[in-house]
Amino acid sequence: MTEMTRIVKTIANILFPFTMIFGLYIITHGHLTPGGGFQGGAVIASGCALLLVTYGSRWVLTRIKEKRLAAFESMGAIGFITIALLGIVFSMVFFGNFLAGSNLLFGNVPATGSTLADLNTGGVLPLMNFAVGVKVIAGLFVIILIMSYASSIKEWGQ
Amino acid sequence: MGVEFLVANTVMLILTVIAAVITVLLRDLLAAAIALAMMSLLLSLEFFILQAPDVAIAQAGVGACLSTAILIIAIKGTKRMEDE
Repeated sequence: MTEMTRIVKTIANILFPFTMIFGLYIITHGHLTPGGGFQGGAVIASGCALLLVTYGSRWVLTRIKEKRLAAFESMGAIGFITIALLGIVFSMVFFGNFLAGSNLLFGNVPATGSTLADLNTGGVLPLMNFAVGVKVIAGLFVIILIMSYASSIKEWGQ
Repeated sequence: MGVEFLVANTVMLILTVIAAVITVLLRDLLAAAIALAMMSLLLSLEFFILQAPDVAIAQAGVGACLSTAILIIAIKGTKRMEDE
């Protein structure tokens, strides 16, 4: 796709950081509030699709290559299964939550009763949300990127 | 579940069905893709009314934005108007 006008570029520049922050919020708070890795990844991929429609696929492909997006997708899957296998090592169960209650990363014990939500809880669940988020962002964005780039190749006759 | 829940549920379902019928009837495929995005957004609001905000976020992200982008890119690569 070719570039859009300056009005569209200005609006996209304003809206893109808010979309990113909302998606990262959904991924980060996945174990406390509705949402999670897939939903936040879909929101961030929507923001990247806005950038792609505004600036064109050639501009985006000069910033990030599709091979790198494929590597990110594989890294998400490998991170997810690695955390699941570390559960066997540390707590004898596949998908074992070995970080919960250990006072390390995401290891606080949640307080009982009606208190404010503590982000630093959940054990391995936030790490798995991050892995799924990276996989979904790369996977959904590379589909639209390659499709748009192939369409522009046909249009420009190269 | 009060009467306002019932009213909001019914109105949202009727609007969803109307948007789906508009999607089928339109001959302009670009307008049909936009109507499909509208149906998807109304469906996500219906999920939110039925107290499934998880599904609502996924529907709004994938159904209303990403599938619309894919459909519009596909329409750009082929033809805009539907044949008779």
